[in-house]
Amino acid sequence: MLQFPLWKKIVIWGICALGILLASPNLQYTQVEQYNDATAALEAGAEATPELTAKAEQWPSFLPSSLVNLGLDLRGGAHLLAEVQLGEVYAARMDDLWPSVRDALREKRNEIGTIRRVDSPEDELHVRISKPEAISSAVTTIRALAQPVVSLTSAGQTDIEVSSNGADIIVRLSEAEKLATDQRTLEQTLEIIRRRVDEAGTREPTIQRQGTDRVLIQVPGIGSAEELKDLIGTTAKLTFHAVVGRTSDQNARVQSRQIMLPAEDEPGIYYIMEKTPVITGEQLVDAQAAFDQNNQAAVSFRLNPSGGRIFGEYTANNIGTPFAIVLDGGVVSAPTIRSHIPGGSGIITGQFSVEETAKLAIQLRAGALPAKVTYLEERTIGPELGQDSIDAGRIACIVAFAAVLIFMGLSYGTFGLFANVALIINVALIFGLLSAIGATLTLPGIAGIVLTIGMAVDANVLVFERIREELKSAKGPARAIELGYERAFSAIVDANITTLIAAVILFVMGSGPVRGFAITLGFGIVTSVFTAIWVTRLLISTWMQYRRPKTIEV
Amino acid sequence: MRLKLVPENTNINFFGITYITVGLSALAMVASVVLFLTMGLNYGIDFKGGTTIRTDSEVTVDVGAYRDALTPLNLGDISITEVTDPTRPDLNVAQIRIQAQDGAQAITNETIQAVKAALTEADSTITFPSVESVGPKVSGELVWTAVEAVVLAVLAVLFYIWLRFEWQFSVGAVLALIHDVTLTIGVFSLLQIKFDLAIIAALLTIVGYSLNDTVVVFDRVRENLRKFKTTPLQEVLNLSINETLSRTVMTSVTTLIALISLFVLGGDVIRGFVFAMIWGVLVGTYSSVFVASSVLLRLGVTRDKSKPDNTSGNQFANIDA
Repeated sequence: MLQFPLWKKIVIWGICALGILLASPNLQYTQVEQYNDATAALEAGAEATPELTAKAEQWPSFLPSSLVNLGLDLRGGAHLLAEVQLGEVYAARMDDLWPSVRDALREKRNEIGTIRRVDSPEDELHVRISKPEAISSAVTTIRALAQPVVSLTSAGQTDIEVSSNGADIIVRLSEAEKLATDQRTLEQTLEIIRRRVDEAGTREPTIQRQGTDRVLIQVPGIGSAEELKDLIGTTAKLTFHAVVGRTSDQNARVQSRQIMLPAEDEPGIYYIMEKTPVITGEQLVDAQAAFDQNNQAAVSFRLNPSGGRIFGEYTANNIGTPFAIVLDGGVVSAPTIRSHIPGGSGIITGQFSVEETAKLAIQLRAGALPAKVTYLEERTIGPELGQDSIDAGRIACIVAFAAVLIFMGLSYGTFGLFANVALIINVALIFGLLSAIGATLTLPGIAGIVLTIGMAVDANVLVFERIREELKSAKGPARAIELGYERAFSAIVDANITTLIAAVILFVMGSGPVRGFAITLGFGIVTSVFTAIWVTRLLISTWMQYRRPKTIEV
Repeated sequence: MRLKLVPENTNINFFGITYITVGLSALAMVASVVLFLTMGLNYGIDFKGGTTIRTDSEVTVDVGAYRDALTPLNLGDISITEVTDPTRPDLNVAQIRIQAQDGAQAITNETIQAVKAALTEADSTITFPSVESVGPKVSGELVWTAVEAVVLAVLAVLFYIWLRFEWQFSVGAVLALIHDVTLTIGVFSLLQIKFDLAIIAALLTIVGYSLNDTVVVFDRVRENLRKFKTTPLQEVLNLSINETLSRTVMTSVTTLIALISLFVLGGDVIRGFVFAMIWGVLVGTYSSVFVASSVLLRLGVTRDKSKPDNTSGNQFANIDA
């Protein structure tokens, strides 16, 4: 077993060399990072300024240039966990459904009498008819409006459920449709958050879905979580409503299907308007910061063809009446329609500053968030604190490394040196692996590496102790070493698999920093078994062949 | 000359003091549970919700002034502690903890800005290297995930050892594990060190490490049981622990060397985490020598004395002697 065939030697040294090669860029972290940025910029078609070219030549292009990603706790940045209020979308869907329900029922007016939408829970649509005896016919009419659900898992199901209660018809989304809607809402939210964060141009933001209704947002390099929240901002939900009245009484009576919202530009004034909007922001195709005729900052917008048509018709029919422009639950302005506005473009005026119009235009362009998001968790780590942690971690690593190397050398002599070489290769392999898969290194991850440095020698210790024992029973050195490796093997495997199980569970169940720790710990276990079983053994066998010692001391 | 932590041939009777060790372990476990129930753990915001703000200043931290600045904001329970790091005496860092505010949200921008403004008023050189806030909704889930993770890890390992050894070994290993985790929670209750998500990671590492140690001893027991088929179990166990003692101590020492350097030099952010692991290595080593083997002795193992050469079980059994 001590003799290695040539191919095996080549494979073992090849893996070690590859590991060291992959790990090497991390020694020149800033340099390589600049090189990567510059190369990426040049490839993206940036102008080759001397500065950029110089940076692109800082690192030889034939060498690997993947780096270990530094986690937020090391680089500094902001982390947000947002929850999407999925229920809001159900309410919007019900509002969208109302016009077609109304039209369908109107056609049967003779049979079911007059119809009226009554107040209901947000995610339901309640319609009262004046002839309760015809309720089943009305229900059938509405059921005919149901569409099949568009998703793979719910074939054959329809999107709405219709039931009746006395003179009321109750319409709600089916479970299958709710699931499909949730899915769509979350995807849309992700996409819109991504667009808004990208506008800020920070490097490598992480925006990913978590669970059924959450979004994880991590942006390195941003000053604080507050800044990030401002950037993601409000939902930017824009709607145009027909105005019913204007009041300064906060407790004014509002009829069914009407809403009252505060005016943003006039404190204490409230507008009462129709709840169902004429136009929504979804029909917007473009928005730009602009100025109105009085040189006030404003936002100009353009609607899509169908939105433009509705807007044109509405303005033509309601000349002289005011209509309200509502943004995120506040009336920005309520101009009076002076003339028919064809072509579907217009301008939103209000008490805006130039910066606000620029931001609003971006948000309107990126699209409104389909639902409100709330922030469940937020973390900001300043870059200095991250740098402190890196420095402290680095020093701790070096000291731990040196101490373990000396200790192993003192305990096992020549064999200790072999273990030390293996330990160095081991750490290089961990960094190589982390860089190759683009894993993220966090502060607990550094702790994981330090722990690995301590524990990695374990497999070697097991073997060396065993060789000592075998030597006692007066076997020749070669035989003792061979037996030492063979007999320690089951202990090494069992011991490391149990630790690996813990690491894997940490990785699967953990989040954020805990995962970072699990990754380095898990990699450390795998590489330490590799180096202990193959690398030290190869070193020892090569040494034995050259020296051919009569006796060995372990 | 070699450095030897454990003499060449030890013949310590580890079961001679069984009553003391088992009694001590039982006592420590009971004490831990009592401490946990009476003093409780000092849960971090990961588990309890709330906000922690780390402040850094050019002048000495004045906890009283900070408190006076924050009291008018009516944020509920506020705790302010100065962070001390013996390796960095020039540090003027404080940790401010604000209880979870109403609602499921973490914290509003207005509150954060108000807090920052109030503190800047009290100390103009103050900066805020980190602000972390966790809403009550998430923190509840985090507790459960953490508990699940630990239980799952223990079960998975129990299963693996049962597969590779016999069920008695499995029980021994897991009892040793419960012993270690209980004692760690006890120490955290006693010293009131902040218990956060990272500590859960440390707990699971302790689980892994303690098992690592236990499994090595068990592996030797398994081997010796095959070798000495008629020797009483207690002697086999004693022999196995003595044979692996040198390795047990060596590995613990190298791991401790690494951890202690991290504890001293790694900065205050992860000190609690590293402390948990150091403690875990200590109790883990103790428990694999004393607790796991005592349980095994108590339960006994199924030994097949009829067949002289029983090599069934695994592929490593049949190696020349």
